[in-house]
Amino acid sequence: MFDIERWQEIFDTIRKNKLRTFLTGLSVASGIFILVILLGFGQGMQNGVAHEFEQDASTSVWVWPGVTAKEYKGLNPGRRIQFRNENYENTVSLFSDDIEYKSPRIFVRDVSVNYGNEVLVYSVQGVSYQFQQIDNAKMSEGRFVNYSDEIGTAKVAVLGNKIKRDVFKNVDDPLGEYIDISGIPFKIIGFFGEQEEREEEVIYIPITTAQKVFNGSDRVSNLAYTVPPMENFDEAAARAVKFKNDLKAYLQQAHTVAPDDTSAIQAWSALEEAKRYYGLTGNIKFFFWFVGVCTIIAGVVGVSNIMLIVVKERTREIGIRKALGAKPWSIVGMILHESIFVTAISGFAGLIFSMGLLELVGPHIEVDYIMNPSVNFNVALATVFVLIFAGTFAGFFPAWRAAKVQVVEALKDE
Amino acid sequence: MIEIKDLHKSYKMGSNSLHVLKGINFSVKEGELVAIMGSSGSGKSTLLNILGMLDEANSGEYTLDGVPIKDLNETKAAKYRNKFLGFVFQSFNLINYKNAMENVALPLYYQKMGRKERQEKALKYLGQVGLTEWATHLPNELSGGQKQRVAIARAMAAEPKVLLADEPTGALDSTTSFEVMDLIQKINDQGNTILVVTHEDDIAHMCKRIVHLKDGVIVKDEKVKQVRASEYV
Repeated sequence: MFDIERWQEIFDTIRKNKLRTFLTGLSVASGIFILVILLGFGQGMQNGVAHEFEQDASTSVWVWPGVTAKEYKGLNPGRRIQFRNENYENTVSLFSDDIEYKSPRIFVRDVSVNYGNEVLVYSVQGVSYQFQQIDNAKMSEGRFVNYSDEIGTAKVAVLGNKIKRDVFKNVDDPLGEYIDISGIPFKIIGFFGEQEEREEEVIYIPITTAQKVFNGSDRVSNLAYTVPPMENFDEAAARAVKFKNDLKAYLQQAHTVAPDDTSAIQAWSALEEAKRYYGLTGNIKFFFWFVGVCTIIAGVVGVSNIMLIVVKERTREIGIRKALGAKPWSIVGMILHESIFVTAISGFAGLIFSMGLLELVGPHIEVDYIMNPSVNFNVALATVFVLIFAGTFAGFFPAWRAAKVQVVEALKDE
Repeated sequence: MIEIKDLHKSYKMGSNSLHVLKGINFSVKEGELVAIMGSSGSGKSTLLNILGMLDEANSGEYTLDGVPIKDLNETKAAKYRNKFLGFVFQSFNLINYKNAMENVALPLYYQKMGRKERQEKALKYLGQVGLTEWATHLPNELSGGQKQRVAIARAMAAEPKVLLADEPTGALDSTTSFEVMDLIQKINDQGNTILVVTHEDDIAHMCKRIVHLKDGVIVKDEKVKQVRASEYV
């Protein structure tokens, strides 16, 4: 392999057959390039989907009311459903086995929020202390609403980081400051971060406070839960779906809603949704692999095709070399050595180029459901070796036949 | 140098077999310049191919420089060809993407000689055929006569025991033919053994001995008075 003379001989041949070498190399390099890019984007889609579902706890289940669409037990359609505390408490006791965290939520409407002279135009929501886990809100400072806040209807508020950046940028220590909600001072006890900025434009207060102070009585806007995590994804998804359907059935019954009325009670399960997307990305990834492998096969066929032509084209030269004393194995070696060299160089060129492109462009791709497309280097490297091996294998037979051809026959070849 | 005893060769053509060489007995001493003459189909090319180990006889003995040539496999034949023989072909058979010097150096590559040494030696032999200035030219930039001189330099570079020339002047006009024959005679004058296959009478008479082949047997084997090609140049 490290026979310097052989290398020189091969470089001579390559230098003098630039176009042929270039075309062989191009087919190999583009095969690898396309494969790596496809695999990268397959991974990117998977990352992107995983990212989208990290926003809320991955096992969360949400229920919210709407307007009835069907007449049922003498009640007219078009009736607006309103959840009450009682509904929430009943679900908690009915389905306690299926629930890890739970929280009702109420949207506090028609209130004005001020900090000093500044008007804050943000959503105010009353939540229970476990809402933090359900919403996956990460505290960057202070703490979330806790149980004693809830019991004591404390006038405390937890704000998103976006609000801190926008309103409190000139305040050294905004924790402990007060904001006014409809003229009532609320103490800021924490700031939280979310993956998406718009989810940081929220002010959370204890739900008991929201109901009592802002005349909410026992009304609840929606209900949020998480189901306990499980080892097996499919089982967890199945459990979440069952829990979601049970919740719906209970709430439909409690509000006298037709069981097939889809708009009166609506529910959403992150696991179910994730399962659907993971299934989809799995299929897409499989498809990308399939296309990639086909590309590689096309590359291998290309290489062996070119090898056949090369051998045919060089039949006379091979005859001459044999007449001058070249042994059959040295002919086979020469042809394979050249093909391995060209395949390897162009394969790695395609690899480096495509991975470089993914590295450079990947992190800047800002499209929903595609994030940081990347490829496992070992997988990519393995495909290059497969290609080299397949190219060698494909090139061996024509090379061997050429080496075996009678000199007299070879010299007759024009 | 060359000893051949009762050499037979036949080719299978479907169900028939074509008997090309029907018992050739023939020997060549060192330093001889032998012409093998015969019309097409006489078996002269087959004989040369067997001598050049490009083909194998069905029966008979062949000894080259005291080495019995038998049970040849490809590798062994390649080794012997490289060590014992130099070839000159009618159609030159230069490698078209290599320049004159690289072509001459090629057999030395298969002798595992280093690159630098190869080039020096190639230049020396190119000098002997008068083509030093053309060393870096590709074959398609050379005339027919120049190409054949490069081919002769290539055949000589390996310092073979025997030079086999198959119609070396077949593709050349007569003036160029005589130039090439002049070169072959000069190489012979240095003591090299040369076999020339030809069907041209005047070329044959520039050798020292003529072997006439007809229908696979030697019909006449005569020593002739050599005509110097330089007289015509």
